Amino acid sequence: MSDHPHTHPAGPASGGFAPVPPALSQTRRAPINYLNAAYSVRSWLLTLDHKRIGLLYLIGVTFFFFVGGVAATVLRLELMTPGGDVLHSPDAYNRLFTMHGVIMIFFFLVPAIPGVLGNFLLPLMIGARDLAFPRLNLLSWYIYMFGGTAALILLIFGGIDTGWTFYAPFSTTFSNTMVLPAGIAVFITGFSSILTGLNFIVTTHTMRAPGMTWGRLPLFVWAHYATSLIMILGTPVLAIAVLLIGLERLFGIGIFDPALGGDPILFQHLFWFYSHPAVYIMLLPGMAVVNEIVPCFTRRPIFGYKFMAGALLAIAVLGFLVWGHHMFVSGQSMYAGLIFSFLTFFVAVPSAVKVFNWCATMYKGSVRFETPMLYALGFIGLFTIGGVTGLMLGSLGIDVHLHDTYFVVAHFHYIMVGGSIMAFLGGIHFWWPKISGRMYPELWGKLGALVIFVGFNLTFFPQFLLGYLGMPRRYYEYPGEFQVLNVMSTAGASILAVGYIIPLIYFIDSLRKPANAGRNPWRATGLEWQTASPPPTENFAVAPVVTTPPYNYDPAEAEQTPWNPFQPEQEPVHVG
Amino acid sequence: MWNFPILPESASSVAPDYDFAFWYEVAVGVFFTLFVLVLVLGLANRYRRGRQVDRSHPPTHSLKLEALWIGVPLVIAMSMFGISAVLYIKQFSPPGDAVEIPVVGKQWMWKLQHPEGKKEINELHLPVGQAVRLKMISQDVIHSFFIPAFRVKQDVLPGRYTEMWFRPTKIGRYRLFCTEYCGTDHSVMGGWVEVMSQADYERWLATEQAGESLVEEGRRLFVLNHCAGCHGENATVQAPRLEGVYGRPVPIQVGDRVEFVQADDRYIRDSILLPKSQVVAGYQPIMPSYQGQLSEEDLLKIIAYIKAIGNRPAPGPAAQPQYDADRGIQPAVEVPGYDVDKPPGATLLPEQTR
Repeated sequence: MSDHPHTHPAGPASGGFAPVPPALSQTRRAPINYLNAAYSVRSWLLTLDHKRIGLLYLIGVTFFFFVGGVAATVLRLELMTPGGDVLHSPDAYNRLFTMHGVIMIFFFLVPAIPGVLGNFLLPLMIGARDLAFPRLNLLSWYIYMFGGTAALILLIFGGIDTGWTFYAPFSTTFSNTMVLPAGIAVFITGFSSILTGLNFIVTTHTMRAPGMTWGRLPLFVWAHYATSLIMILGTPVLAIAVLLIGLERLFGIGIFDPALGGDPILFQHLFWFYSHPAVYIMLLPGMAVVNEIVPCFTRRPIFGYKFMAGALLAIAVLGFLVWGHHMFVSGQSMYAGLIFSFLTFFVAVPSAVKVFNWCATMYKGSVRFETPMLYALGFIGLFTIGGVTGLMLGSLGIDVHLHDTYFVVAHFHYIMVGGSIMAFLGGIHFWWPKISGRMYPELWGKLGALVIFVGFNLTFFPQFLLGYLGMPRRYYEYPGEFQVLNVMSTAGASILAVGYIIPLIYFIDSLRKPANAGRNPWRATGLEWQTASPPPTENFAVAPVVTTPPYNYDPAEAEQTPWNPFQPEQEPVHVG
Repeated sequence: MWNFPILPESASSVAPDYDFAFWYEVAVGVFFTLFVLVLVLGLANRYRRGRQVDRSHPPTHSLKLEALWIGVPLVIAMSMFGISAVLYIKQFSPPGDAVEIPVVGKQWMWKLQHPEGKKEINELHLPVGQAVRLKMISQDVIHSFFIPAFRVKQDVLPGRYTEMWFRPTKIGRYRLFCTEYCGTDHSVMGGWVEVMSQADYERWLATEQAGESLVEEGRRLFVLNHCAGCHGENATVQAPRLEGVYGRPVPIQVGDRVEFVQADDRYIRDSILLPKSQVVAGYQPIMPSYQGQLSEEDLLKIIAYIKAIGNRPAPGPAAQPQYDADRGIQPAVEVPGYDVDKPPGATLLPEQTR
């Protein structure tokens, strides 16, 4: 009972899947679900089903992740030696790190969790049939794919060499590369973010099932709500900044270049006004995933639900007040620096609240260590390291030395790769049975998580040391005394690359097996687990009514209950 | 191969302060990380499935605990803010005895000039113990001047002067990097800072032919570009005299009001390049712009000259129109006559510049 208490009425029918007509049962066909409802290409490309759109996003972000990953691999190979010997040209290197940054940030990290898991799960979690605006949702994906493809084409045929930060006046007056097309691609892709955010907010407000009060929302939904706020409020400012870059580049209107009468610091203000909150666009959905995994694998309610939800919103709001901490040595006034730094330290508080509440959630739990939990625990540890080093960078005087060195590179990879990607992978493992109807191979899963954890730390920990030693970022060639640490980092990167390929292979491989993971292999409480796996197109055959608080697990009872998530469900899935 | 550094050298007066703050924050970070690690692993192990432990009534919330882990991190965070803010203010407050050295960054090199006139590219020779203030500007994109061993860094902007200072405390050769991405050869836009003993430094200064001092070059440019024709002693055109101007408030005509601005480097640079933007009250906007005619180096030299004559007594009422003393104009201070061969910034430096 404790495992699926959300739905009403109780009993086998509460699963909410469509009864299968006897005729179909006799032909031994699987029940109709969102995957086998139709097979044509058209039925995918014109789908309005949030679950199919989530899968379209999964294909998109996976593709861009591996493109960005190949760029990273070549960068690390180049940096194995102090001289330039792999790419043979600093311009090629500069274009490659720009490509890595642009693709990973705008076309992987920002859309990854909201686009895939958010799209797939948000309506399921609140008991809705779909998002509020299904057509807008499909449009978001097309905008994203259009922007991403355009960016990829121009990055390959010419590229840009400004870094993902587009700092003026280099980007407006000096760079001879395809800044304008890249700016247009980023500008367009921004609308995908805005529309997704809009869709999530309206859906959360208007489409919750009866009984799904704000206080019963899964924290996954709270986190996506907070993320959506940032998407809607922040992304337009990025669009403005990029538009102004275009105006200055095309028409020579002096906005940022002092030679034309502009102010280069203005660009940095506009850029970071989006791009600092954007860090939380990438991070909060990661927290969303961990919020779901930790209670399920400790079999107890999350500790401090209200503070957890409040912390998510606090991070989203405070994130808008701290952008100037990227500019302590930019020439902004000392007093501005003091205020931005002061405010930055307040972000530490909700972050600490999250970490300690996750820890407290294990107290008196019944803890299991399947792959999703390993990723969640990895997230907590690596996010803590990324967080405390982030505080060091937010510390005025300390940032002066560390700014624009490899310390910064290491820090944000701990947040983005150690945090967001760990959470993304944890989430894909956790919800894979719901998405595909299949389990992944657990042994390979654990091995992959271990390889990624080791490879990640070996890649990025040496970069903290490099940064303190003074090695600047975005360097094609570097002094010889930095080589040993760089070789360590490159070695780690090669392990990391293997680590990412392992899940790619076994997830694809799992699709060959029958879809028999069962409705709720993890015996989790969320509404998404009460419907069939994969869910029917309309999500719930019987509209769910929520009567219990979220995360209504009982660890003592869980100890007595068999735990065999990898056994195909015994009960036939499609009983009428 | 295995003889590689783990810690950067510490060679300036702020470096020990920096390292103290840095290691304090590292200690806080390590403590927090280990604390979380122990908590996670300890709890996960103690409550792992199958262990016979008490799992009855797991608590779901506790205001006391939340207050604890809001309060303690906040206090620790504020200590981090405090220690780093004090350091930051120190890094931004040059001492009075600092020698000013102009720096021009361009794709992809650093050009520096000593007050005595000696020029350097991608290298900076300094005597140990001498505080130095770099007055920096870029002639193209944004660069950043970074000396890891000194723990100092400052972006170098086009169109605007930025400053940084340091006092080298250890003889040695230290790397200099550009840390703001600036295009193709960003990674090789660096060089060395060579900190020498006073005697070695004097010897180094004395080698090569001694050129004009920075101020003297500035004066030559001042005459060559016809500045002196209007601002000089025998000028026929009515233009404000520049003696005694530097560092003092200047009355500016704004509509029908008079406002005061500080005659600092920025004001003088703007007045040369955009002379119509801030016209001294009582004068006609007749000065032509020198935009595109003077390099950043020339501008720095001219400013050095104007600064040098800033200590001279201001001449008669022609240059200093009558304004209320209580509105901010201080009477020019009478100082001993200025000597171009001994610029004021260089008083701590050796005498034998020529």
